[in-house]
Amino acid sequence: MTSQVSSPVEQTDDPEKRADDAQKARSRPDGETVVGGQLPPGEGGEKEVRRLDRVIIRFAGDSGDGMQLTGDRFTSETASFGNDLSTLPNFPAEIRAPAGTLPGVSSFQLHFADHDILTPGDAPNVLVAMNPAALKANIGDVPRGGEVIVNTDEFAKRAMAKVGYETSPLEDGSLDGYQVHPVPLTTLTIEALKEFGLSRKEAERSKNMFALGLLSWMYHRPTEGTESFLRSKFAKKPQIAEANIAAFRAGWNFGETTEDFAVSYEVAPAGSAFPTGTYRNISGNLALSYGLITASRQADLPLFLGSYPITPASDILHELSKHKNFGVRTFQAEDEIAGIGAALGAAFGGSLAVTTTSGPGVALKSETIGLAVSLELPLLIVDIQRGGPSTGLPTKTEQADLLQAMYGRNGEAPVPVVAPRTPADCFDAALEAARIALAYRTPVFLLSDGYLANGSEPWRIPDLDELPDLRVQFATAPNHTTEDGAEVFWPYKRDPKTLARPWAVPGTPGLEHRIGGIEKQDGTGNISYDPANHDFMVRTRQAKVDGVEVPDLAVDDPDGAQTLVLGWGSTYGPITAAVRRLRKEGLPIAQAHLRHVNPFPRNLGEVLGRYRKVVVPEMNLGQLATLIRARYLVDAHSYNQVNGMPFKAEQLASALKEAIND
Amino acid sequence: MTETASSLLSLVPKAEARQSMKDFKSDQEVRWCPGCGDYAILAAVQGFMPELGLAKENIVFVSGIGCSSRFPYYMNTYGMHSIHGRAPSIATGLAASRRDLSVWVVTGDGDALSIGGNHLIHALRRNVNLKILLFNNRIYGLTKGQYSPTSELGKVTKSTPMGSLDAPFNPVSLALGAEASFVARTVDSDRKHLTEVLRQAADHPGTALVEIYQNCNIFNDGAFEVLKDKQQAQEAVIRLEHGQPIRFGADGEKGVVRDPETGDLAIVAVTPENESRILVHDAHAASPTTAFALSRLTDPDTLHHTPIGVLRSVQRPVYDTLMADQLDSAIEQNGKGDLAALLAGGDTWTVVG
Repeated sequence: MTSQVSSPVEQTDDPEKRADDAQKARSRPDGETVVGGQLPPGEGGEKEVRRLDRVIIRFAGDSGDGMQLTGDRFTSETASFGNDLSTLPNFPAEIRAPAGTLPGVSSFQLHFADHDILTPGDAPNVLVAMNPAALKANIGDVPRGGEVIVNTDEFAKRAMAKVGYETSPLEDGSLDGYQVHPVPLTTLTIEALKEFGLSRKEAERSKNMFALGLLSWMYHRPTEGTESFLRSKFAKKPQIAEANIAAFRAGWNFGETTEDFAVSYEVAPAGSAFPTGTYRNISGNLALSYGLITASRQADLPLFLGSYPITPASDILHELSKHKNFGVRTFQAEDEIAGIGAALGAAFGGSLAVTTTSGPGVALKSETIGLAVSLELPLLIVDIQRGGPSTGLPTKTEQADLLQAMYGRNGEAPVPVVAPRTPADCFDAALEAARIALAYRTPVFLLSDGYLANGSEPWRIPDLDELPDLRVQFATAPNHTTEDGAEVFWPYKRDPKTLARPWAVPGTPGLEHRIGGIEKQDGTGNISYDPANHDFMVRTRQAKVDGVEVPDLAVDDPDGAQTLVLGWGSTYGPITAAVRRLRKEGLPIAQAHLRHVNPFPRNLGEVLGRYRKVVVPEMNLGQLATLIRARYLVDAHSYNQVNGMPFKAEQLASALKEAIND
Repeated sequence: MTETASSLLSLVPKAEARQSMKDFKSDQEVRWCPGCGDYAILAAVQGFMPELGLAKENIVFVSGIGCSSRFPYYMNTYGMHSIHGRAPSIATGLAASRRDLSVWVVTGDGDALSIGGNHLIHALRRNVNLKILLFNNRIYGLTKGQYSPTSELGKVTKSTPMGSLDAPFNPVSLALGAEASFVARTVDSDRKHLTEVLRQAADHPGTALVEIYQNCNIFNDGAFEVLKDKQQAQEAVIRLEHGQPIRFGADGEKGVVRDPETGDLAIVAVTPENESRILVHDAHAASPTTAFALSRLTDPDTLHHTPIGVLRSVQRPVYDTLMADQLDSAIEQNGKGDLAALLAGGDTWTVVG
């Protein structure tokens, strides 16, 4: 489970083992976690069952082949079975990219295990390739010895030529070294559905369910969930539901009967890796949505979302709009600016206000964020970062909005920044961002990204009584006595401890006041162009944000290392996996991960000073490193990747090793 | 579903005591240029507010940027002076989340029609319960005299020394095209007319757009003189009153008729023969066609034949009400949200120690 702190016995991201997994599983028992050899035959009869400690599967096909759905279903089956898991959906920005082309390939990678894991895995053990494009685009990631299940029906000459295969890779020996399972998936699906009276085209569409059935058999996944899912998804088209279920079962039966699949695998539930509790699988955007609803309940304030659809943030708008019975108001605005404008208006009125977007939307919202800084009203700005600049890579991940969140406004406009580290952590991070916004009356950035948003992992469902109390007091009475003895309300008279100003919502008698983006006089809030007052207000707003209470940074350093790896946001999984590998090799390395990027934890400077070397891996060109170097005068070393994908643990491990040995 | 004005206004608490104009004056010094038309509008609004009898803590004025947008500072209600062009969006969030408030937007021709044009048209089409007062002085005042999106073509200003090149918006036509349910026009100097229009706007459930011609005596002085000078106004101004024949000029010698050939409107000298054909103003007509045609009678250069009054006032569903209804019916259908059940979702598994 990726939200867990690393444990010294973690083995799964061990590089040699990963490469050899398939081999070992076939050859001999290997300790407690990898048990090869034959188990007693199951109900099916003679087929061999082997036990693995973990598997990485990648489903790949055309963007119209339903690979995301297939992956989601396999994930749900796996979650309900109790494995730890981590997923990586990867799809093009086009809704239906040209069929059969490399840019049109959509894939879904799932890593599941009988123990605590941190990443969706560097390289798949099993690739399901629905067409030549999917094979070509993905085979390079599969280590030799890996299993490749290919839909042979799609390997016609023309389809192969389209992606540059002059000869069939199924026949020309280029797949030697892989365990290839050629399966005529399309034909088998059509055959299985011939009694449903569907057109060929309709029947073909169920081939992803056939593939899912086959993989479900191979890995002993429970099937009830998928069947009931299909029944409810196609409730209005029962014939289609039944056809999909039939294809799903046919795939399962195919695995069980055909000789090509001689072995199936068991990956035991990961019970002992998890703290006790009730778990579910959850994606980052869903966890974030639930975090917002929960924050609204814990603050006892209605939730208002002003948003404009944008990838990869739209799911939050969709999700929140389903939960109106929680008093959630969702407003799909005419543009990004109106989305945050409406949210700010709702904040003025006493809602827990949120706007959700991605990088280009943040650019458009900048002026309103500045207004929120000046008005000192609570507001959450959720940025699900994607590749940039400009439209960039809408469906790919990146961490390159950090400096935009920090500084992307006119004037001195400090905004706290909170970053979740895993999909499930998006829940807690949303609560934390809400806490800061409400307690300090400030806009707060919540910086998630495409990897967290769409990836998923098990989540221990919290007890409601363990959730933080986020309630705040609205102002209800005058707070100042003038020289002539009159009781008045001063909208900018601050709480001396937090420096937060009072939140007086319309409808409160006697506290009528006006606020605006023009500089205002300390205390009264009246328009003021006084130079000394402006200097004071600028410093006060900065001091308020600098003074936000955040927990100290925890450092994981069991061996007294000289090198510290410091990350923030979604790189937590890959960094932690890399750190485990190094420690297993006997290389000491310390790890710390920032949730609060503004303000930094109070002890960060002291932590950085303890290490000879500080390495900062980021999916940008060194934005946190820039902040660290400027703030602490520490010679932080950047390690960067901006290819739209998360770091691979192995690559990160070797980069860190170099840094240690350097 | 439509609703009456009283049903929406009843959501806003009433004032406990009788109010006077003084109650609505804030302690802030008014800082418009001496002679600015904004003073007259401020006085008219402050004078009208007591008539509404609403608790003033439940009244909010939201503005954008520009001379007119300083307005909220001078009203002793809740208020927000926001950023350029965005007031309708901010007010939308406020009104949609707080139906117990009476929310007013104060904006200008640059704020509403240039930088904020998108928000204005979308507020109008949504029919959020907002009262939008658009002060139109046909010039940029606060930035010192550039032409605005309502300036006449060929306007010579600091930024257009050889004359402006773009045709102006007619705010009333624009609002009608944007599905506005209430559109009116009035003039800063005619307090009685202004107050009557405000009265009808305040009564309207949904978005009400009131264009107020406002004189900028520094950068565009006399822009509306033709409508204010008693002599010229007789020819220039067409006063619309619901249910009354549309006549103007000295002794109502002119009138508006529909051209049977084109369906468009035309201005004619009223004669005993054509008197029965003079159009009777119907502000409540379901179709905006005639209101639009009326708005097009104005000559954009000379402002001759400018209709003032309420051009359109129809009832249609109000966004905030629909939003509140959806929340209610979601609770009816699914029960009040159960957070524990939501978080648990469908597929769970349990790990025991």
